[in-house]
Amino acid sequence: MNWSWETFFDALPLVASGLGITIGLTIASYLFALIFGFVWVFLRRIPFKPISWTVTWIMEFIRSTPPLVQLFFIYFAWPVVPYVGMTLDPFTSAVLGLGLHFSTYIGEVYRSGIEGVDKGQWEASTALNYSLYDKWTKIILPQAVPPTIPMLGNYLIILFKEVPLASTIGVVGILHMAQSYGSQYWAYLEPLTIVGILFLILSYPSAILISKLEKRMNRRFDKKAALSSTQKGTVV
Amino acid sequence: MTEPIVEFKDIHKSFGDVKVLKGIDLNIKPAEKIAVIGPSGSGKTTIIRMLMTLEVPTSGDIIVDGVNLWKMEKNGKMVKANEKHLREVRGDIGMVFQHFNLFPHMTILENCMTAPIHVKKEDKEEARERSIQMLEKVGLGDKLDNYPNQLSGGQKQRVAMARALVMRPKIMLFDEVTSALDPELVGEVLEVIRDIAKEGEMAMVLVTHEMDFALDVADKVLFLDEGVIAEEGTASEVIEHSKNERLQSFLHRFRS
Repeated sequence: MNWSWETFFDALPLVASGLGITIGLTIASYLFALIFGFVWVFLRRIPFKPISWTVTWIMEFIRSTPPLVQLFFIYFAWPVVPYVGMTLDPFTSAVLGLGLHFSTYIGEVYRSGIEGVDKGQWEASTALNYSLYDKWTKIILPQAVPPTIPMLGNYLIILFKEVPLASTIGVVGILHMAQSYGSQYWAYLEPLTIVGILFLILSYPSAILISKLEKRMNRRFDKKAALSSTQKGTVV
Repeated sequence: MTEPIVEFKDIHKSFGDVKVLKGIDLNIKPAEKIAVIGPSGSGKTTIIRMLMTLEVPTSGDIIVDGVNLWKMEKNGKMVKANEKHLREVRGDIGMVFQHFNLFPHMTILENCMTAPIHVKKEDKEEARERSIQMLEKVGLGDKLDNYPNQLSGGQKQRVAMARALVMRPKIMLFDEVTSALDPELVGEVLEVIRDIAKEGEMAMVLVTHEMDFALDVADKVLFLDEGVIAEEGTASEVIEHSKNERLQSFLHRFRS
């Protein structure tokens, strides 16, 4: 089989038309994961042991099973589960599946951020008589989240690259478009190359952006750590 | 005799198998300045941490302004206090920590303003004005928009004091506030505490290793040793005229 620029440009508009769905699915599942990540963190912090154990176990289960299996389960098996089962459209199933899978990783990122906040910050906010809600929103989270931004960015890119999985349950993103072009004209090389190029164009600059962000964060926090560890400090 | 503002009644505290406090009885009167001295590990810090509700006593009662801090009435019985009860009684108490614990993501002005606004629901402008006044009082009026990591240890500790004072506590607790400072920065912090003490109306409990300072500021000195108050009296009684041998040898190490 030979490379044909004609086929390439013929397939390009069709494949690219799936870009909206691919990006939309990435953003939707990422937002779901960002929000649900917090739910995991707070459930795990409930001091009642059976709950935190159960939650830890569920998280471990979700992380240890392949996202593809989870997608299939939600799309094909969930509708026939008694009482709680329901039929979901492909896009919603994919948001739920990928979002839930990645929320377990993002929950861990949040947890590391929260544990990185000095115990003295909790004590100082208790001494100032903050409510539990204000402690979290005014004192702890504003310190816990910024250092995790680079890690959260990495998971966005990883998630983006997992999104084509959704084509297996019929979400018409770029991979699905390339496949349907291929089966129609019996030409796979060009459309799939386009898919590769589109992913590269989108994820490579994002990766660079994130590593820049990471360097900036590191500098900021190194400076802080350096200054607070020497009790003398310097007047800038 | 004025009624005490704080009463400790037979307070015991264990961490695991280690008994840190073995029966502490203590009264703090309004405006009284108390210094707590003693070897490390004797439970000095634990006493004030329990009063600040950062540590739960194993047994005994702590009564603040007539209200039991760690217990509350429920269906006619005294039960372990919940967070709501603690928040109600905690408002009268302020604390300054050994390691400052300033909020690193806020400027020093914000550090002072945040609690009056969010906890006491004060008007923002009023909180701002009072915070600026307080920071000027501790000599940091020119650093309002700096972040804590841009200050020296002594300056940080002065911000921490301003932050606690803006909340207008009836009792202020100082937990070895100069121990983490370089020697040349200790003076500026002690001077601020002295000024606060002179103003008078607030009760103060100082856990400290600065003996001369304790002698100067405190109305009452407690010598804590092996989990009990081994010696109690005016500063000169305890620090200068005590016959207690362990206290003598403790003081000797500091005076040499």
